[in-house]
Amino acid sequence: MSRQSNRTTESKKMNSELFTLTYGALVTQLCKDYENDEEVNKQLDKMGYNIGVRLIEDFLARSSVGRCHDFRETADVIAKVAFKMYLGITPSVTNWSPAGDEFSLILESNPLVDFVELPDNHSTLVYSNLLCGVLRGALEMVQMAVDIRFAQDTLRGDNVTEIRMKFIKRIEENLPAGDE
Amino acid sequence: MTVHNLYIFDRNGTCLHYSEWNRKKQAGISKEEEYKLMYGMLFSIRSFVSKMSPLDMKDGFLAFQTSRYKLHYYETPTGVKVVMNTDLGVPNCRDVLHQIYSTLYVEYIVKNPLCPLGETLQSELFNSRLESFIRALPFFSARAG
Repeated sequence: MSRQSNRTTESKKMNSELFTLTYGALVTQLCKDYENDEEVNKQLDKMGYNIGVRLIEDFLARSSVGRCHDFRETADVIAKVAFKMYLGITPSVTNWSPAGDEFSLILESNPLVDFVELPDNHSTLVYSNLLCGVLRGALEMVQMAVDIRFAQDTLRGDNVTEIRMKFIKRIEENLPAGDE
Repeated sequence: MTVHNLYIFDRNGTCLHYSEWNRKKQAGISKEEEYKLMYGMLFSIRSFVSKMSPLDMKDGFLAFQTSRYKLHYYETPTGVKVVMNTDLGVPNCRDVLHQIYSTLYVEYIVKNPLCPLGETLQSELFNSRLESFIRALPFFSARAG
């Protein structure tokens, strides 16, 4: 009964420069629309979140990944499957906290910032903050509340880009109200 | 062999979609009540199955059958639940239910930014694709039942 199961498994290719420039245009417009960097960061996170809650369904449909058993497995899947699938890069997973609830994704290169240099008047802008929102939204849909932030960014002169992820709690599924 | 009906629930227990083909007898309660009853039963059976499992479970609850019908269940890690009732002759339907999720729900609902999530699905396109998908199944037969 596996008819039609081979849907377009190879993802459609898109010009990466168009992608990078489109993202740049988005951030630029947000910078025009909002007064300060903090607000732009917030909007990027919100947009990312809205992408993430839908993207996770696409991810589950396309990959054969099932539910992860622990946070380490989640970290591996994010780095090796999800980033590979959507951004074509494979970040490394490092800097685990002793309790195993916090780790870093190290991005050697970040396709979002290929042509970007941060001007001095945007020193607090987290240019790629959309990624945090996407990860947060996607993980929330699989019952994980995770705190995500950029710890290092090549745009600020760091050698690598580092996304720090901290597991907060498992979101329990509840029966809808009004049911026994 | 035949397909009786199909429910899709989201993670909050909202019935996103319902359709039926060869259902000769109705439950005698309103559709809303029926959805709630179905979701409540699934919720309980799922927790029962995982609590009683003597081994660590992977896929969990897959299906049950009575003397007259078989209920097939598929759940994604995001909590989307696809439930299909068929007659007893139909074999394991996991692939079919996964395809309904991945090639129909994700393609026509999730990827359509204008389709709100978490509400009853209004998409004509989704409905018609689902209809033809089910009718094309090898074990779908309009006359049986």
